[in-house]
Amino acid sequence: MFEQTLVTRPAPPETPAAPTTSDPSWTYRTRRWIDRVLPMDHLLPHRQPYYVGSWVYVFGVITIAALAWVVLSGVILSFMGPQWWHDSSLGHFVNSLHFWSVQLFFLFMVLHLWGQYFMAGWRDGRAATWMIGVVIFAVSILTAFTGYLSQQNFAAQFIAVNAKDAMNAGGIGAFFNVLNFGQMYGLHVMLLPIGVTFLVVAHIVMVRSRGVVKPIGPEGGSAK
Amino acid sequence: MSSPKQTQEEYYGGIRMVPYDLIKELTLAMVGFGVVALILAAALSSPDVPPVTIAAWAQNDPVDFVTTATAELGGSTTSEGYGAPYNNAGGEQSWGPLAPQVWFGQRIPIDSANAFVIQPLKDASFGNPDLGTSLATWSAASSDQQTKWVAAYTDALGKATVTDGKVTVATGDYGPLPTMMNNLLGVAQSGGLDGLLLVNGRFYQTDYTQSLLFMGDGGYLSGLANAANLTGSQWGMMNETGQYPGQTWLWLYTMWYQVPPFTSDTGFLGLSAHNADLGIVILMTVLTAALALVPLIPGLRDIPRWVPIHRLIWRQYYAPKSKAAARA
Repeated sequence: MFEQTLVTRPAPPETPAAPTTSDPSWTYRTRRWIDRVLPMDHLLPHRQPYYVGSWVYVFGVITIAALAWVVLSGVILSFMGPQWWHDSSLGHFVNSLHFWSVQLFFLFMVLHLWGQYFMAGWRDGRAATWMIGVVIFAVSILTAFTGYLSQQNFAAQFIAVNAKDAMNAGGIGAFFNVLNFGQMYGLHVMLLPIGVTFLVVAHIVMVRSRGVVKPIGPEGGSAK
Repeated sequence: MSSPKQTQEEYYGGIRMVPYDLIKELTLAMVGFGVVALILAAALSSPDVPPVTIAAWAQNDPVDFVTTATAELGGSTTSEGYGAPYNNAGGEQSWGPLAPQVWFGQRIPIDSANAFVIQPLKDASFGNPDLGTSLATWSAASSDQQTKWVAAYTDALGKATVTDGKVTVATGDYGPLPTMMNNLLGVAQSGGLDGLLLVNGRFYQTDYTQSLLFMGDGGYLSGLANAANLTGSQWGMMNETGQYPGQTWLWLYTMWYQVPPFTSDTGFLGLSAHNADLGIVILMTVLTAALALVPLIPGLRDIPRWVPIHRLIWRQYYAPKSKAAARA
């Protein structure tokens, strides 16, 4: 009884004062482009195709929720300084929250990735969305790696000693010195989280812009 | 395949749409995830084994410390023979003509013998004439003489005894080395070497390259790591101290270190244990690029059509029309 067939919305009438499509304003053109690529009812949809009913679709949104908790706990840890969580029980609890949020973030991101793979989520013009998703996965791994190096404990020491050989062999060790705590900490709390967040926003915008992909093959039939 | 110009309305044309609340779903995910994460944090805590200091190394395993410091003078440690980015010893990994380790030269120059042993002893020799004399004797000796002293002292350290934290070896011709090494051991045991390797002429410090390279040359740190299952041959990069999960998402990267040709001395196609780091970095770069380019790679992009997992995910869509209509 709640189902309904999608009806194309009529375009809002332009007011007499509205600029024309030939208006040279950069602002107006940018707004028109955004309206065309990502109208609000695509960004915040209140209807979706009936086949979007599997739990697989939830992995993506849980990954976003996990990222939010990772950032929230990380902001508290970085505000209080890298030594705080070693000396304070509250700090250790916040670190534990950060730790488990990261573990679950990767768990659900990998589930989302495999789900999208077996749904061939790159079809119908969505290849770039898939590619950015893989880049998010790679940058997230780098972000977590710098986090492990920033722990200032025994694990961080040995991970650094062990990992330097791969970094150096690949040539990037000359610029990305895993034995330099200051460099790893700066990358972990600032540049890499900004990178992950920016890429996730871009990924979400691309998903919402095109909508979820159709199932493989015809409705009620084979996938061939 | 849809046209890039196709709107969502055109793409979904004729498909039944059902109510959906994105904000509610996100809110529930945020709250639900938060509850689970808070419970896990409260119940399971997180790992935090204190770091190893050079002082702890020198106190708990003084023979290993002195042996490592002596080996630094003899040029036989890992860091002494490492090559770029630390020195020009030529120990870089390569695969055929591909040697990215040498591309940027010695960007982090470290003379291990001087940085880890000689300079700290010079700093510690203030007000210590015996040590000053020993350092002068060492500096004035020929390279051949230094090599003989190091070889004899290294042999003697194999049967060294430890009394009250001091290392004692059998009588022999070791030149100034016993005095130098016992002074370095004393400085290290007091915690002074932790600071001397870090300071590097500036007050504020965040760079532990020298300290970690020196500890990495010894056997104490790697022994503790081995006991904690953190070494490379133990899938160490995806492990953590205690019973906690580590970087489990690095399982594939870590796996390559456990299998041929990366465990083999002879290797295959020029890849072996000797250039395993470079080989695995190249392999993982290729695999990551392939994952990103799956939509463009025939075969890989077709597997989802052949494996009917999608029929479970969209089982409502694939249900016979009559059943779907009955549910509607």
